[in-house]
Amino acid sequence: MAEVRAEMVANVWKVVTAEGEEVSDGATLVILESMKMEIPVLAEGPGTVTKLAVAEGDVIQEGDLIAIIE
Amino acid sequence: MPDTAEPGPAVLESVLVANRGEIARRVIATARRMGIRAIAVYSEADAGLPFVREADEAVLIGPPPPARSYLDAGAILRAARDTGARAVHPGYGFLSENGLFARTVIDAGLAWVGPPPSAIEQMGDKISARNLMAAAGVPVAPGTTEPVNDAGEAVAAAAFIGYPVMVKAAAGGGGIGMSAAADPEQLVAAFETARSRAERFFGNPAILLERYVAPARHVEVQILGLPGGRVLALGERDCSVQRRHQKVAEETPSPGVGPALRARMQEAAVRAGETVGYLGAGTVEFLVDARTADFTFLEMNTRLQVEHPVTEMVTGIDLVEQQLRIAAGGDVSVGAGPCATGRVPASGHAIELRVYAEDPDRFLPSPGTITGWTEPSGEGIRVDAGYEAGNQVTQFYDPLLAKLCVWGPDRDEALRRARDAVASFRITGLKTNLAFHADLLDSEEFSDGGYDTLVVSRLRP
Repeated sequence: MAEVRAEMVANVWKVVTAEGEEVSDGATLVILESMKMEIPVLAEGPGTVTKLAVAEGDVIQEGDLIAIIE
Repeated sequence: MPDTAEPGPAVLESVLVANRGEIARRVIATARRMGIRAIAVYSEADAGLPFVREADEAVLIGPPPPARSYLDAGAILRAARDTGARAVHPGYGFLSENGLFARTVIDAGLAWVGPPPSAIEQMGDKISARNLMAAAGVPVAPGTTEPVNDAGEAVAAAAFIGYPVMVKAAAGGGGIGMSAAADPEQLVAAFETARSRAERFFGNPAILLERYVAPARHVEVQILGLPGGRVLALGERDCSVQRRHQKVAEETPSPGVGPALRARMQEAAVRAGETVGYLGAGTVEFLVDARTADFTFLEMNTRLQVEHPVTEMVTGIDLVEQQLRIAAGGDVSVGAGPCATGRVPASGHAIELRVYAEDPDRFLPSPGTITGWTEPSGEGIRVDAGYEAGNQVTQFYDPLLAKLCVWGPDRDEALRRARDAVASFRITGLKTNLAFHADLLDSEEFSDGGYDTLVVSRLRP
């Protein structure tokens, strides 16, 4: 099980994946936006997205959970 | 309705600054120096910033997201009405190049501190701007003359233009939404990315392609459109030091521009301004082919630029003062009175270093709380700071913390002063790119002056 967490304070711009989706290594899960820069958050291994903890428009803090991949 | 406000008194009674951070602070400072009542608007995220405190009045206009604060024209105009503001200065970014906002300000009976809305609209669309410039005899790079609607059209156009091509948002600005493509496969990817960014950041999916010149220098010319139609050129700025197509450092004069090229570029910039009936401060951006010294029109920015201080430092002209004078219906004070010869003397060399809240190696954003802030000082140093110790730097706005500007009697002395200034600028609590600026100033490429737009990629491969 892998927890995908935010590395910095950011806005959730786009949610690309969905709960239940099977993703491959390197797949884009969400795209964050911080200080006018887009920051894609990628899956670090193949698996299924068992939990998606953010929605578009959310403001997240460093360390917040974004998704769980199993 | 007239295209510009009717001439008013020689000096504005008041001005509302529709912006934030360092530029709001800087405009407020000149306005107050001129005896003009300065009104700030701010979002909840910016309540503690110096610009709010330094204005004569400040109005809270919304929560942090720009769409609900600094881009909210209704909230800004309500603030103008409630404070009795007689003019609006839009700064840069945000609504500064929004022709509809300019028209709304004018229709509300306020002075718009900027060019006529028609000039904003003509130059705001990069496709129409290129076509207009080409018709006026200003050199433009090979590129599309109509919006590109899909990847297939892009590939067909590129076959005609020739690779490499730059893919850009037609309604774009600030270097956002651009990428280069060296072949059809890269082009298809670049096109899709540019399209979604164009929609997201500018609300307009129109895309254009241009032949990409490399190696190139990004050199822009500051213009001032005077009442009566004349346009002055106030020298050029080299803005080739960029990361993610955004400027990081600028200088004037450009070490890559000799007197003959300078004269041709200034003449082209003046022609560009005259073509759109320009009034006030503006900038015409060019790309200079580093090998051939040919130059082509990139875009025109119908507003004050971030890097305007370097021009101020070598000419002795306060550009915001000229903007406010022109907006009041008065004439400029360039030189010893209304400028007769059209030639503005410049002396020395000036460099600006943009201090960003980002790490100095990969340039990733670093929001946070500033725990310490010590600015450099000394001969020829000017710091335009948006923040101070105790402020929170949030993720909602661009990462600019301050502009460190240095003047010297020549480039070598300016570089020496800049190195010292960077070394003594201390900001703690978040990451900054000061260490990158130290590397830039120490690099042979920048010290020699022979750099181009790929210099940052060579310093940070």
